[in-house]
Amino acid sequence: MLELKNITYSASEDGTEKEILKNVSLKIDERFVAVTGPNGGGKSTLAKVIAGIYTPQSGEIWFNGENITDLSITERAQRGISFAFQQPVRFKGLTVKDLISIAKGGKITVTEACDYLSQVGLCAKDYINREVNASLSGGELKRIEIATIMARGTTFSIFDEPEAGIDLWSFQNLIHVFENMHKLLGGSIVIISHQERILNIADRIIVVANGEIQSSGTKEEILPQLLDGYTFCSALEDKLK
Amino acid sequence: MLNSIELNLLKTVADIHETPEGAYNIRQNGKKAARNTTANIDIVTKTDKDGIDIIIKPGTKNESVHIPVIISEAGLHDLVYNDFFIGEDADVVIVAGCGIHNCGDQDSAHDGVHTFFVGKNAKVKYIEKHYGAGDGIGGRLMNPSTVVHIEEGGYMEMETTQIGGIDSTYRKTTADLGEKATLIIHEKIMTQGTQTAKTDFTVDLNGAGSSCNVVSRSVAKGNSEQTFYSNVNGNSLCHGHTECDAIIMDNGKVSSLPQVTANCIDASLIHEAAIGKIAGEQIIKLMTLGLTEQEAEEQIVNGFLK
Repeated sequence: MLELKNITYSASEDGTEKEILKNVSLKIDERFVAVTGPNGGGKSTLAKVIAGIYTPQSGEIWFNGENITDLSITERAQRGISFAFQQPVRFKGLTVKDLISIAKGGKITVTEACDYLSQVGLCAKDYINREVNASLSGGELKRIEIATIMARGTTFSIFDEPEAGIDLWSFQNLIHVFENMHKLLGGSIVIISHQERILNIADRIIVVANGEIQSSGTKEEILPQLLDGYTFCSALEDKLK
Repeated sequence: MLNSIELNLLKTVADIHETPEGAYNIRQNGKKAARNTTANIDIVTKTDKDGIDIIIKPGTKNESVHIPVIISEAGLHDLVYNDFFIGEDADVVIVAGCGIHNCGDQDSAHDGVHTFFVGKNAKVKYIEKHYGAGDGIGGRLMNPSTVVHIEEGGYMEMETTQIGGIDSTYRKTTADLGEKATLIIHEKIMTQGTQTAKTDFTVDLNGAGSSCNVVSRSVAKGNSEQTFYSNVNGNSLCHGHTECDAIIMDNGKVSSLPQVTANCIDASLIHEAAIGKIAGEQIIKLMTLGLTEQEAEEQIVNGFLK
């Protein structure tokens, strides 16, 4: 279980200090938790604070009964927290197999690597020895990113907008990946997403806006509000046209 | 007889564990230590200067030549001229390399001048590794010169690696290519401490349909300094590409001067150069996979120079 207690995070933007997370408290122990909300509301920052990439100015983070607030990115990863980047990083020279091996924590066989890649819809033999560099498309990188998280095999994973850029690969497959991961590992999977189909599988939906948790509840409770919000926005857009 | 230090050098520079298969010539402290020739590959000692001629018969396929040089004496300055004559339609692998183990307080140096005559439609893969070891204060210096002439339809691939222990190096490569000839160069260099490395390529694309790709990847650590210079001259209908990609760490300095010169309206030439430290997000990504910052850096450097 992961718990955030009164997390505040601010960063300077154009010389002025901007509060990005405002006293956020949150417990996550469900299977699938979806985090949604407007762009710039603080979703990705929240994920990076959990992974240890950003250090909050105040508050505490607890993971499986341990206070991990002062632990580094590496220590948190070793405790079992995984984080799939919204924009995967490119590496000149490191191959897909290298990256999956690092994620797995040791050498892996070609068969193992192929298994992860085929689960994210990539033909393994075409990719395994390719460098994770600019020759790969954004969608291919996103899938490789997901494969590395699968290889990590941890009980807590955060995916930052995993569906972005994977047009040709169906949502259903992505959802299967999450379901398989949970079946295999248990624990919690947090998915930052704007997509209704992803929100639909969530046990809980958290709406983050303006640096705060605006609402949190089951999909039955939250989805109607969100959809009303969208209807309102599109109606407003129509008027402005 | 080679001692254990020399055997280790041999293993590092030429991947030789025992007696290599095929043709070979092992040069130890400026003298011939062992040689083997085959029906298709002859190795002859030069009479006018120090060095050997490696003569590969036309049509020789799938054979290899190993010509490692090892230096374990401090204060030795070894200058050698090796000429390679690769016959028409041959397809061979040539492994050269030099290892210096210097425990003394005087400089040890190896300056090799290698000249390749690649015949019509011949194909050569040339692998060269340079390595230095030993805890003496004497410098380990290497200044290899490579001259390449490729005839019509010939193909040469050069893979040169210098990833440790060489205090000072000046690597000079010049090449001229005939019609439809191809030259591919992959250079890997890593310097540390106060080491310096200078590398200099000049390629003349003379023949119609000729092409070259000169790619250098390097890492400069500590207070080391590197200079990359390349000039690709397009003198006919040709394709040329030159690229220098460097990672700087600590106080490392890299200067890159890729140059292309079109002397013909049908020449198509590209140069690229990128120098920078390891991107912070690359380290962070590998840390989220469980590596420490130092391990992440090592993985990135090793991958880059692989």
